[in-house]
Amino acid sequence: MTPDTIQAMVETKDIILSVRNLTMMFGRKKQQAAQLRAEQKSKEEILKETGVTLAVDNISFDVERGKIHTLIGLSGSGKSTVVRCLNLLLTPTKGKILFEGKDIQTFNAQQLLNYRRKNVSMVFQSFGLLTHRNVLDNVAYGLEIRGVKKKDRIDRAMEMIEMVNLKGWENKSIDSLSGGMRQRVGIARALANNPDILLMDEPFSALDPLVRQDMQFELLSIQEKLNKTVVFITHDINEAFKLGNTISIMRDGRIVQTDVPEEMTSNPADEYVSDFINSADKAQVYQVKSFMQTPSCLVSLQDGANTALALMRIHNVSSAYVVDNKMNFVGVLPLDAAFQVREGKLSFKEALVNDTPTAKQDMQISDLIPIASQSRFPIAVLNDDGKFVGIISKAAILTSLK
Amino acid sequence: MFEWVTEFPKGIYLDIKKPIDQAIEYMMNNWGAFFDGISMFLRQILLWVQTVINSIPWWLMILAVLIGAWRATRNPLRALMYAAMLFFIGLIGLWSLMYTTLSIIITSVFISLVLGFPLGILISFSDRFGRFVRPILDTMQTMPSFVYLIPAVMLLGLGNVPAVIATVIYSMPPMVRMTNLGIRSVDREIVEASKAFGATRWQLLVKALIPQAMPTIMAGVNQTIMMAIAMVVTSSMIGARGLGSEVLTGINRLESGRGFAAGIAIVIMAVLIDRLTQGAYNKKEM
Ligand SMILES: Nc1ncnc2c1ncn2[C@@H]1O[C@H](COP(=O)(O)OP(=O)(O)OP(=O)(O)O)[C@@H](O)[C@H]1O
Ligand SMILES: [Mg+2]
Repeated sequence: MTPDTIQAMVETKDIILSVRNLTMMFGRKKQQAAQLRAEQKSKEEILKETGVTLAVDNISFDVERGKIHTLIGLSGSGKSTVVRCLNLLLTPTKGKILFEGKDIQTFNAQQLLNYRRKNVSMVFQSFGLLTHRNVLDNVAYGLEIRGVKKKDRIDRAMEMIEMVNLKGWENKSIDSLSGGMRQRVGIARALANNPDILLMDEPFSALDPLVRQDMQFELLSIQEKLNKTVVFITHDINEAFKLGNTISIMRDGRIVQTDVPEEMTSNPADEYVSDFINSADKAQVYQVKSFMQTPSCLVSLQDGANTALALMRIHNVSSAYVVDNKMNFVGVLPLDAAFQVREGKLSFKEALVNDTPTAKQDMQISDLIPIASQSRFPIAVLNDDGKFVGIISKAAILTSLK
Repeated sequence: MFEWVTEFPKGIYLDIKKPIDQAIEYMMNNWGAFFDGISMFLRQILLWVQTVINSIPWWLMILAVLIGAWRATRNPLRALMYAAMLFFIGLIGLWSLMYTTLSIIITSVFISLVLGFPLGILISFSDRFGRFVRPILDTMQTMPSFVYLIPAVMLLGLGNVPAVIATVIYSMPPMVRMTNLGIRSVDREIVEASKAFGATRWQLLVKALIPQAMPTIMAGVNQTIMMAIAMVVTSSMIGARGLGSEVLTGINRLESGRGFAAGIAIVIMAVLIDRLTQGAYNKKEM
């Protein structure tokens, strides 16, 4: 994009955060480095001659309110440095960061604390959780820093814990959680402050691929609900395309292109961008399996209706997915039918709804739209052998089509 | 003619003994009130600790060790063994000397922690201050303690008070070091997270850094205690009473039995204190 088009965007869109000519150098001889940069020397040459790392090199971008902006680039391209400038964990060498039009570098100490307490929250790659506190006290941490009263912060933290599906874990220690659950705590902690902007530095990179997909979906649904602005860092192009409303590709501290995903695919700025995009398996990005979830309520034929009822009650859902002992999908057991089984009015097999549509895991998600509109339940997803592997909700299908 | 090649030249000599003597003499003559003040202050703390310790009846102490050890180790047999070891000190007639030694150790450790903990935190925040303090700590730890026993006696007299000071000098460095190390090795993202949520420096320190560094800090406390126990005999040479002076008497009068008995009592104290304090901090870690 040219500066003019950025200017045009500023005028027409609700820009919450803009970064202007941000430069960040690590090292002593910054002046000399700037001189060399002006002579068009490369990052490596500058490092060799002056010992200065040019981590971020004169970048500008805008983040629109309520949207997800992803920053993507290889390791060392400066992503973490950029995101740490956005809440002044790092002080930029040059350039401006405007939050709602205000230059955050002009804030005094108290204003900066308030900005960090109310406007931006951060989620970290290796979670950054306080291991000496339990889940609840971690989630309440930001509120505690702000001086929120104990009862209020516990209420608020519980609300957030529920939102990230960790209810029942609030008194557990951090060490007892899996990676995915830890990052849920990290997200809940960030959301507890009700910030305008979430800064996420490779939040899902440390997670297993399946957990990662669950988390991506969860982030999308949270974002749908709360309408937060997110600056999301990743080095995974699939993730960037799946989550980002806009994407900036970084290389050696510079932004090579900032655009909406479609525009970037059809009009890559240069070869680097097109190579980068081609490395993404676009078909795969929009496959059903990237959006499916594990059902909270999965029972086998032997378990019977009572187990199904108990699970439905615990997870507060109105249907259970039933498989046989070889994981072949048998049908869906709706809550009302399960009650009838318990009262002896129906047998378990009779109660199952077995004519609901199913989907194959490598189908394109867009192909599911007609099916989704007919189905009463989230659609069961099967693999090539017909085994049950997950479910995909209507919400997931719709968020995928942003 | 070329003697200086094989032998250090005799002609050059720098006398540092006299200036040091003079400095100490100067301090004696002019800073008397200051040292008297310190002396008074320490004597007061020591007296207070002694009063508290002496008011604990022997059976209550053994019971406390029994319960403490049981809670720390979760092993009733070990706890019984520790209690029996403590009983043994009384059995060989050293109970009240042990109380005296315990009072000196507790006082020294208390002062070491009160000084060492904030010092460690300051060092962890400032590299420059750290560069300045570290050689002093090294000197405190490696300088043979006899060397500073002499000026301690000259400035503070004989008795338990200079013993406490000598013990503090020797046992404080690990507390400073481990506090510094613990705080510096707190995970970088935890520090960033704290700052990113708008924590002030004080909140960062109290809510994140210190609790996260606690296991390392407690290891420092443990080391400080062990070093203080190691000073028991040395400090008896400047008049500290207790088990250490018993060992010293044994040496002077060539009474091996007397020396060994007190030595065994010191070992038992060290083992008990070590296990009990370690148990206390391992529990916190969970
Ligand atoms: N505190 C620092 N001091 C010196 N150099 C630094 C510092 N932080 C980052 N750098 C350098 O700045 C450059 C960009 O680092 P940055 O961490 O922002 O990259 P990144 O894109 O986040 O990479 P990754 O994917 O590995 O996290 C790297 O060359 C790095 O070595
Ligand atoms: Mg990074």
